[in-house]
Amino acid sequence: MVEITYRDAVIRGIAQEMQRDEDVVFLGEDVAKAGGVFKATVGLYEQFGPLRVRDTPISEQAILGAAMGAAMTGLKPIAEIMFSDFFAVCFDYIANEFPKSRYMSNGQLKCPLVVRTGNGAGSRFGAQHSQSVENWCMMIPGLKVVAPSNPRDVIGLLAAAVRDPDPVIFLEHKSLYATKGEVPDGEIVDTLGSAKIVRPGRDATILALALMVPRAVEAADKLKAEHGIDCEVIDVRSLVPLDTRTILGSVSKTHRLFTVEENPRLCGWGAEIVSIVADEAFYDLDGPPVRITTPHIPLPAADILEDAVLPTPARIVDRVKTTLNG
Amino acid sequence: MALQSDRANGGSGLNDDIGEAKRLELYRTQVTIREAEQRAYDLFLQNLVKGTSHLSLGQEAVAAGFAGAMQKGDLSFCTYRGHAHTLARGVSVEKVLGELMQRDNGLMRGKGGSMHLTSADHGVMGSYAIIGAHLPIACGAAWRAQYKGQKDVSVCFFGDGTTNIGAFHEALNFAAVWKLPVVFVCENNLYMEYTPIGDVTAVHNPAGDRAGSYGLEKIVIDGNDADAVYRTARAAYDKARAGRGPSLVECLTYRHSGHSRADPAKYRPEGELERWKERDPIKIYRERLLQFGIGEKVIEAIDAEVRNVVDTATETCKAAPMPPMDILTTDVYADGGWAWRN
Ligand SMILES: Cc1ncc(C[n+]2csc(CCOP(=O)(O)OP(=O)(O)O)c2C)c(N)n1
Ligand SMILES: [Mg+2]
Repeated sequence: MVEITYRDAVIRGIAQEMQRDEDVVFLGEDVAKAGGVFKATVGLYEQFGPLRVRDTPISEQAILGAAMGAAMTGLKPIAEIMFSDFFAVCFDYIANEFPKSRYMSNGQLKCPLVVRTGNGAGSRFGAQHSQSVENWCMMIPGLKVVAPSNPRDVIGLLAAAVRDPDPVIFLEHKSLYATKGEVPDGEIVDTLGSAKIVRPGRDATILALALMVPRAVEAADKLKAEHGIDCEVIDVRSLVPLDTRTILGSVSKTHRLFTVEENPRLCGWGAEIVSIVADEAFYDLDGPPVRITTPHIPLPAADILEDAVLPTPARIVDRVKTTLNG
Repeated sequence: MALQSDRANGGSGLNDDIGEAKRLELYRTQVTIREAEQRAYDLFLQNLVKGTSHLSLGQEAVAAGFAGAMQKGDLSFCTYRGHAHTLARGVSVEKVLGELMQRDNGLMRGKGGSMHLTSADHGVMGSYAIIGAHLPIACGAAWRAQYKGQKDVSVCFFGDGTTNIGAFHEALNFAAVWKLPVVFVCENNLYMEYTPIGDVTAVHNPAGDRAGSYGLEKIVIDGNDADAVYRTARAAYDKARAGRGPSLVECLTYRHSGHSRADPAKYRPEGELERWKERDPIKIYRERLLQFGIGEKVIEAIDAEVRNVVDTATETCKAAPMPPMDILTTDVYADGGWAWRN
């Protein structure tokens, strides 16, 4: 067991997979010699050399297209898109190419690749470098979408993503890069499609993703200590495949559902989960599910403004408390 | 600028660097495309081909020449105007028509349709309907070959209109910087869908005049002369296999039909089509074969064989069942299914 940062976990995760399999290659802007703009790939170039760790031009379409062509012919590429907001300039690959080639070709083509990207707010970068775009990806049949909240999951889910035969969007949260967590020694391999109960509880289920997980846990601790409300916090981890079994199991126990989503309100992942719960566990619920999200606005840059719109532990405490206590 | 048809016509006769067997193959491929495309058009008018289809009538020499110079294992990346390139790699007329006719015997059993013909076994790694998308993808396949030390070449076909989209420029720069074994083939048929390429392009040769921006030679050839195409292709493949990087080839050609479906192509100036039909690639090639002493009988026998193949394929496809409903949800994910939740 060793304590490392989320950033170092990215490095360790990529290295673990590149060491295991020569077909794993890595490309992106400023990722090789410079070690990445978030310093999340430092040392990989030195360790694996210029043929496997490659700097690219500022050509997001070329990066993702090349990853796809390499994947369909036998490599296992990891492509980095520096900021997830830039998905918008290469969305053709994410929406039309990766996820549809297998289906359209009736199973003749494969696309085993991983797109890593810096997602989420908290860095005061403004509306085009701070978005949470998980909902852009979740809605596309054929993709898998994961978003780790801690260093151990970064390594384990990245390994699972690289070994997965389908295209996986791997959303790293920029505001988590400096956070620390314990990771076991040796190889770590997790499974896609499994949520994790990170804090068991009996009175309400709180679902969260990435940066919202530590905030939900902090809120849950406060709700218990100050208001006697015992919340179960689930780290959703994987939006596709979605671990509905764990979610429905928790709701059937607590009878209350809250989602904490960093994405703007419309079409957030929580809306999909709420609809599933309404369909399949309506009579387990003691009250309407509540979505706690960023409001439906572009993200502002100033710290005081940005802090005011993302769900915070205080806001979560407040919503849960008023909902349960009336 | 290398206008390579000049060199091509300098060949010394039937047993020159191309030779009789290859020439007969190039002829057969062109006629196969011509007959199959004409049949696709007829079937469209009978409502037996639905949705859309984009024909390569008049552009057969490009497909035949580039495919004819490929080796087994070389990879083709096509556009929605991809029937010709798919047939040229040896995919059967029946499989192609079956897909166009949305039958269970089609190449992808009706799941892809006319714009997405794919036959991995023949090296046809997909037909792409988003303009420009497949240029970077071809780069990736070429990167794999380079990384693994494999000798195959990735060949990417696209139209003149495609040279104005970002992915074209990203891919050209990327391929040049990484020295990838990829060959970009622009079929300049003078039109996008309906707009003449000259109306919306800053340079005269949409691909050729951009080559210099990426440190590549300007290569513009007669795309209606299969020999010229074949020789250019061979040189580009040799360069790629030798590790000397990508090529960009602009083939001047013309589509005899409209852009898609039953487009009557009213936007063409009077006489243009007729002028280009005088330079019909199949007419040119037939004359060349005769000039080289190949008997009319041999040529007619090929014509008859091809017509027979297309007729038989048409009947087989008409009789073939529609795809079953149980394939609706297969192959969304690699496990064969479509499950997004447990
Ligand atoms: C990104 C994108 N924009 C527009 C279209 C619509 N479209 C389909 S074919 C076409 C014309 C393409 O012209 P060109 O590249 O010259 O190819 P050609 O059809 O002549 O073979 C257009 C605009 C598309 N499929 N994708
Ligand atoms: Mg055109």
